[in-house]
Amino acid sequence: MTELFIRLMRRPQGFIGVLLLALIAAACLFGSALAPYAPEKIDFLGRFRAPGWQNWLGADQFGRDILSRLMVGARSTVPLAFIATFVGSAAGAIIGVGSAYLGGRTDEAIMRTNDAVMAIPGLLMALLLVSTLGNGAGNAVIAIAVAFAPGMARVTRSAALNVRNQDYVKAAIARGEGAHWIIFREMLPNVMAPIVIESTIRVSFAVMLFATLSFLGVGAQPPASEWGLMVADARQYMHQAPWGLIAPSAAIALTAIAFNLVGDGLRDALNPKDER
Amino acid sequence: MTPAWFARRLMLMVYTVIVVSMLVFTITQILPADAAQSLLGENATPEMLAALRAKLGLGDPAWLQYAHWARHVFTGDFGISMRTSLPVGPEMLTALSRSLLLAVSAILVTLAVAVPLGVLAALRQGKLTDTGVSLIAYLGVSLPEFVTATLLALLLADTLHWLPATGYVSPLEDFGDSIRHLALPVLTVSVILVAHVMRMMRSETLDVLKSDYIRAARLRGLPERTVLFRHALRNALLPVVTIIALDVGYLLGGIIVIEEIFAIPGIGRALMVAITTRDLPSIQAGALIMAATYAVTNTFADMAYAFLDRRIRYD
Repeated sequence: MTELFIRLMRRPQGFIGVLLLALIAAACLFGSALAPYAPEKIDFLGRFRAPGWQNWLGADQFGRDILSRLMVGARSTVPLAFIATFVGSAAGAIIGVGSAYLGGRTDEAIMRTNDAVMAIPGLLMALLLVSTLGNGAGNAVIAIAVAFAPGMARVTRSAALNVRNQDYVKAAIARGEGAHWIIFREMLPNVMAPIVIESTIRVSFAVMLFATLSFLGVGAQPPASEWGLMVADARQYMHQAPWGLIAPSAAIALTAIAFNLVGDGLRDALNPKDER
Repeated sequence: MTPAWFARRLMLMVYTVIVVSMLVFTITQILPADAAQSLLGENATPEMLAALRAKLGLGDPAWLQYAHWARHVFTGDFGISMRTSLPVGPEMLTALSRSLLLAVSAILVTLAVAVPLGVLAALRQGKLTDTGVSLIAYLGVSLPEFVTATLLALLLADTLHWLPATGYVSPLEDFGDSIRHLALPVLTVSVILVAHVMRMMRSETLDVLKSDYIRAARLRGLPERTVLFRHALRNALLPVVTIIALDVGYLLGGIIVIEEIFAIPGIGRALMVAITTRDLPSIQAGALIMAATYAVTNTFADMAYAFLDRRIRYD
């Protein structure tokens, strides 16, 4: 584990990614304590104030400090995307490993159906589910998790097929272990590497998807300082205050880049031979 | 590439559409405890609720509701819009045609930009050009469409006044104006697609350049240009077919946001309007048509791939 971390940190992309992630984690943990202003504090004299010493990143249409809103908003953006990815990945991984374990025609039927579900674009699936479950951040998380599961199932299954033919799995079957034991104790631990890599990269999609849902008005609801919502708000005033638009956009992009970098870095660190 | 393989692939496509239709129907009509209540909202009278329940057949068992709906959909009848009282099918297909114009233009722009850049990055592996291209690719996949769209509109429409910020003009009416209105949305979609295709193109070219037949071609003393264009590029281009087909899925999702932002009356916007006004037949039709478009595109991409690469023998 430590060795893996060292290998990850040796690569420039891994190093920058981990650094950015640490920054984001700090914002999630201490954002509301460190923010210079309260995120909802209205200051009518400071409407659309340009970035400067009073508001480092400027102020929005109510004179609220954008930096403070970003720092507090990290908590209502990143952890939710993380949870959605985790739930979706776990569900997908179990489907994938289970399908590989069952094998044969059952595997074929499960994966064909899984592929069919993937014909519904992720955003569309999430929108359909949210429109049924009702608007809100919690339901958006469920919707993203469901939208992610089939993709994870496919990735996990291809890794699990190799594991399925390993001797230790055959031995466990010969010992007469139950399906539950073989799937969770023998196969799943041995396909964790591709699952972790894929999930890390997917968190960046989840951040973007969650922000998109909020942007479309079906995710986080005002006056939350969720980043996608902040972009949606700022669009009306982009002539007066383009910084209101650029700051949350940059926050979303940096978060997505951070998870992408760490995911790619992990892949390289786990496969040292592949030099690409 | 046997006829049996084609038949199997087509059957898979039909299966996909059936699964999708079941899923869409379940999510929109079966899953809500009372679809009529959620459609009409809080202020509905009991009579209105009863009438709508009867119209949708909500008292029937789920499978019967689905069978009823599926039979109508099969004959091309998606029902009547609850918002406009017009047949949903024709409306959605017109909208789809506008979206396809956007999608196809974006794919063409993507190919024109991404393929040369990807090859260039591979040829200059590890050099400044390569790093630059990789950085752009990272940025492209890390910006959600609504951010790219808004930032591009801020720059090209509001600040520089080069392009109109929103709206749609049919190419049959005024071709020049149509292109000007399409430019921003196409550019937005292309940013992300270019990032995908470029990364793919780069790694494919690297793989091909390391292969034995390229070494053989070089050892035969062929000029580098011939090696690159006649041998390497032709092979590296193949997987692009697949990645573009897979990106159509992304494209169709992204179109929902992009059409909403740029006010293009395509299928994405129609779907968004249907969702916000809870227009059930339109939601079902839009979602099904979108997923079916993806299934059909992917089937044909698979077939094109099998046709282009004769080494692939399925079954």
